Amino acid sequence: MSWQIITQSLPIFLKAFELTLWLSCVGIVCSILVGIITSLVQYFKVPILGRVLTVYVELARNTPLLIQLFFLYYAFPVIGLKMSAQVCGIIGLVFLGGAYMAEGFTGGFAGVSPSQIDDGKALGMNDLQLARYVVFPQGFALSMPALAANIIFLIKETSIFSVIAIPELTNTALDLIGMYYRSNEYLLVLVIAYAIILVPVILLLNFVERKVRYGTFGN
Amino acid sequence: MTEEILRVENLNKYYGDWQALHDINLTLHKGEVLTLLGPSGSGKSTLIRCLNGLETFSSGAIYFKGKKIDGSSKTWQALRQKIGMVFQSYDLFPNLTVIENIMLAPVKVQKRSEKEVRAEAISLLKRVELDEYVDIYPRELSGGQKQRIAIVRALALHPEIMLFDEVTASLDPEMVRGVLQIMADLAKKDHMTMIIVTHEMNFARQIADQVLFLEDGKILENTSGKEFFAHPQTDRARDFLTSMDF
Amino acid sequence: MEHSAINVFFAGNNFARILQGLWTSVWIAALSLLIGLVLGTLLGILRTLPNKTIRFILRAYLEFFRIVPTIVLLYLVYYILPRSLHINWPASWMAVLAFSLWVSAEFSDIVRGAIESVPVTQKESGQALGLSASQLFRYVLLPQAMQLELPATINLATRVIKTTSLLMLISIMDVIAIGQQIIEANNQQYPSAVFWIYGLIFILYFAIDYPLSLWAKRLAAKQKR
Repeated sequence: MSWQIITQSLPIFLKAFELTLWLSCVGIVCSILVGIITSLVQYFKVPILGRVLTVYVELARNTPLLIQLFFLYYAFPVIGLKMSAQVCGIIGLVFLGGAYMAEGFTGGFAGVSPSQIDDGKALGMNDLQLARYVVFPQGFALSMPALAANIIFLIKETSIFSVIAIPELTNTALDLIGMYYRSNEYLLVLVIAYAIILVPVILLLNFVERKVRYGTFGN
Repeated sequence: MTEEILRVENLNKYYGDWQALHDINLTLHKGEVLTLLGPSGSGKSTLIRCLNGLETFSSGAIYFKGKKIDGSSKTWQALRQKIGMVFQSYDLFPNLTVIENIMLAPVKVQKRSEKEVRAEAISLLKRVELDEYVDIYPRELSGGQKQRIAIVRALALHPEIMLFDEVTASLDPEMVRGVLQIMADLAKKDHMTMIIVTHEMNFARQIADQVLFLEDGKILENTSGKEFFAHPQTDRARDFLTSMDF
Repeated sequence: MEHSAINVFFAGNNFARILQGLWTSVWIAALSLLIGLVLGTLLGILRTLPNKTIRFILRAYLEFFRIVPTIVLLYLVYYILPRSLHINWPASWMAVLAFSLWVSAEFSDIVRGAIESVPVTQKESGQALGLSASQLFRYVLLPQAMQLELPATINLATRVIKTTSLLMLISIMDVIAIGQQIIEANNQQYPSAVFWIYGLIFILYFAIDYPLSLWAKRLAAKQKR
């Protein structure tokens, strides 16, 4: 193990670190948006679109991101759709993440207890009011654990971007190993880099989860 | 005779092949209190849930103030503002404070002014002696307190009839009295029209103008409260009263 | 796009080769699951015991696998085993090792959660009957926990199957690696072969994972009732 090798590589890793962070943030925000829209369409059982989105969710959840990326990056140009690696990466991550998020929100809505729905109905609410004032606020709070798990999952999935040569953390480490043959050093930096991103994220999400649980449901 | 509020004619309900309610008939006038009595599983809760459209029924008709209810979800939704209901589960909305729980439906469903509703909510809370809990979340309240607030929440909509489905059944014994007190008060002072499913026989005897005794989804007795407790007509009703230590 | 490109499936023994690649992915997933579930059960039980040191170590073990992406795990094993420890295993064994450790970590948490969610009264009535600690696990806690954890276990299996898509990265001839060979070999004749081959692999993964997900969902819904 050589410290010199490690310190020399830090500037390169820093750039990769920024890219991983950036791609994760964009991917997570877009995934949450897609997830919310999808789960709302499914909740209100919008005709046709609801079914189409159910097929989307199942396709995205039950296939590997790697194949989704290969399809976007290598197969789509054949039908005239050529996109940069990073655009493919984001689209692939959001395709996958949106489905996971939708599943999480839908699970939260389903977790709202039937007696709460009876209460809302007995107070004269129509379906829209029931959704707006009873199901969604409680459902989103209930889906927080799934949301947290999905955020962590999506950050880790950015490592698969390395297969379409996006210079994020994993790809950078592999490049360096290929060039200088110092696997121990670069792998150590790689693992630490992921820990630097994920440990605070995990702690923050735990904190938020507790806050939401107590905040919305009283102390 | 005072105005008729609710009438049920030949109501039947099936779950698949199994008949939960057989030919139910009842009439309730303004200011009357009807209690539904009977052993567990006799169909009391199913019946009371049919009366504000939380359960559908298979045949028969329900009339509200002489007008037949068409059974569409829109009709029920509008009607439920006039038919208040409180459940066994004493579930307030956990994400809202006490006052928000009470104000939600009057403001959002009935579109009344927030100021007016708030004032009314506070005076109702005073009446049930819970006005110090205005901004508290339900998690901090006892079951009995929650149930009293659930009653206030229903009253804030100005219902013409209140349905109570075993509202004290899951409460700790020391909480029961306060809730029953409020219901008795509503009957005596406000002359509220009420239908009550309960296992509290002393309470039922004090409050009931009319008793329906159900077993296996059939009405076995439909009589005045006095008559039922003094001279039950059927063996089943006598057995039931004995089993309730009466 | 010329339609005849679909012929690439049937040219030579292409289809058989793809299935052979799929088999490689499937046995690696199955073996890793088997080892991981057994090891994970043991670790999960250990995590419910009162010993603080054991619990801390096993918690750290779990967190390591929570933080490190699977693709990185695979490379860790792939580089460290031969270069630093001088163990020269075939790549498929190394994949099984990486996946088994990962599965055991995730599963230990599922087992711990399930055991802890068995009602305390069950534990107490077992103790009241004079069962020893190991009898309590064997006859009361584990059977009940196993039922509770089945949906999560099936979901873990679907994740392992999806993760086998990474095997080609450590030069294992899995279904994707073979697909790439076929694409390259036919690039001149059928430029759109890439579309069909990746499409087929996409569908193959879906065909394996979707029924499992559906099963897990049904079981979870049934348990809720």
